[in-house]
Amino acid sequence: MLEIIHVSKVFNPGTVNEKTALDDLSLSVNDGDFITVVGSNGAGKSTLFNAISGVFLADSGKILLDGRNITFEPDYIRSRYIGRLFQDPLKGTAPHMTIEENLALAYLRADHTTNPFSRITRKEKELFRDQLKRLDMGLEDRMNTPVGTLSGGQRQALTLLMATVVPPKILLLDEHTAALDPQAAEKIMKLTEEIVSRNHTTCLMVTHNLHQAVSVGNRTLMMAGGNIVLDLTGSERGSLTISDLMRMFREQAGRELDNDRILLSE
Amino acid sequence: MIHIAQTALSLGCIYSLVALALFLSYRILDIADLTTDGCFVLGMAVSVSTAAAGHPVLGLFLAVLAGAAAGYVTAFLQTRLGVPSILAGIITNTGLYTVNLMAMGWSSNVSLIKQETIFTMFRSTGIGGAWYASVLGALFAFACMAFMRWFLSTRLGLSIRATGDNRDMVSASSINPTFTISVGLTLANCFTALSGAIAGQLQKSADINAGTGIVVIGLATLIIGETVLNGRKSITRNILACLVGNIIYRAIYAIVLQTRIIPIEGLKLMTAIIVALAIAAPTIRENLQLQRRVRKEMK
Repeated sequence: MLEIIHVSKVFNPGTVNEKTALDDLSLSVNDGDFITVVGSNGAGKSTLFNAISGVFLADSGKILLDGRNITFEPDYIRSRYIGRLFQDPLKGTAPHMTIEENLALAYLRADHTTNPFSRITRKEKELFRDQLKRLDMGLEDRMNTPVGTLSGGQRQALTLLMATVVPPKILLLDEHTAALDPQAAEKIMKLTEEIVSRNHTTCLMVTHNLHQAVSVGNRTLMMAGGNIVLDLTGSERGSLTISDLMRMFREQAGRELDNDRILLSE
Repeated sequence: MIHIAQTALSLGCIYSLVALALFLSYRILDIADLTTDGCFVLGMAVSVSTAAAGHPVLGLFLAVLAGAAAGYVTAFLQTRLGVPSILAGIITNTGLYTVNLMAMGWSSNVSLIKQETIFTMFRSTGIGGAWYASVLGALFAFACMAFMRWFLSTRLGLSIRATGDNRDMVSASSINPTFTISVGLTLANCFTALSGAIAGQLQKSADINAGTGIVVIGLATLIIGETVLNGRKSITRNILACLVGNIIYRAIYAIVLQTRIIPIEGLKLMTAIIVALAIAAPTIRENLQLQRRVRKEMK
């Protein structure tokens, strides 16, 4: 279980560009939750993900995972149990290395005491081939192809596989289908749901697709001004329609505008 | 003619280790490591000084250790202390000047007169006959190339390649970039120092200025080799390119030296121009293509 306790993050403090990205945010994620996160640009969604995965340290507050305090753990250690996917499909793979080599890197998370001078074994190659077959993209026959030659959809599918080949405790998806064409996006979303339900992975997904936000997963968060303004589960969420969500979204955006107006008039 | 071939082969093999080092730092890690010049002299100074004391083989080992230390200092400056990578190399390089003088007993050069070197030891075995220097050089070159090929296919090697290929993904794959950059630069400078160490024992002397421009020459040979072998296609080809490029470069050098077609003092300028043009080639080509289009479409 992931617990975020009173976490704040301010960028460029003390300058004209000062921006409170996370404002005393607290969140408790239960095991097996599949949470969709919505909110306008600058609401703090990506900052929240970066704080969880350790890209930067929070200014204040604590982050606990399964009761262990990981607030000050560097990102490469956290990545042993936190998987990440970004909007940009180029971010998750090494373009000049082959599919097999990329997967071997991802598989390092399985056991970080592995002899650093060992090479990819035949057994691992078989494992990678089986996993690639599940993507149903024909990648299993192109294991020695440099990843840079794949399409965006293929690269994102590979990134998804790399993030889950060793099932993480938490999977963070930051608009991971937003840069893909509709067909590829649908395929990646289907694969995501398959993999998450097979491994019972706890998952947080940022999306601007309000249909996805209400139909995928079991819980929906709305963020605004660096905090969580709406947290829906169960029957409350079951009866939620896209237009409801759209209305709440507008209300939140309007409130922010009002705040700005107040600030400016003072 | 035979003399030219012998010089080109032996020097080409020995200096190919510098190209191998730059392949690791510049091509794989995408870091321009300017420690190279000073590190080459460091290896030379340590090796020749130790050989002067009667231990030529030990000299090579000590030179490699010294190179590792120099590489680690550069890596430490950029990964832990936030010094920009090019500046980190320049700082280490500057400091090495004093260290190198110290390694040569506070003198600007050391010579071996009667003392044994690895080359005199090897000649006495009779292997290779008159080509003994080329044979020994080739043994070192192939051993190092094989090591590099093996190393880059290990998990650690893959992690280092990923660090240079996509910095965003490495920390998300539980790889610590600080560690991989440190290992990469340390290993690269081991090769550079070993190259200086062998070269010093071949020419039986070490000189404080022997390293000037080594990094540019190394890049030139790497690029020449890559062009000849179409080397960016695979790691194996790229590693072979280090050797092929060096032998070609040293052959040109030896011919110029023998025939004086251009003054020998002009070689550094020529090398610099080759490197600048080779690295600029893609940009120049793009500009030319654009101009051609402009001329055609603007009529």
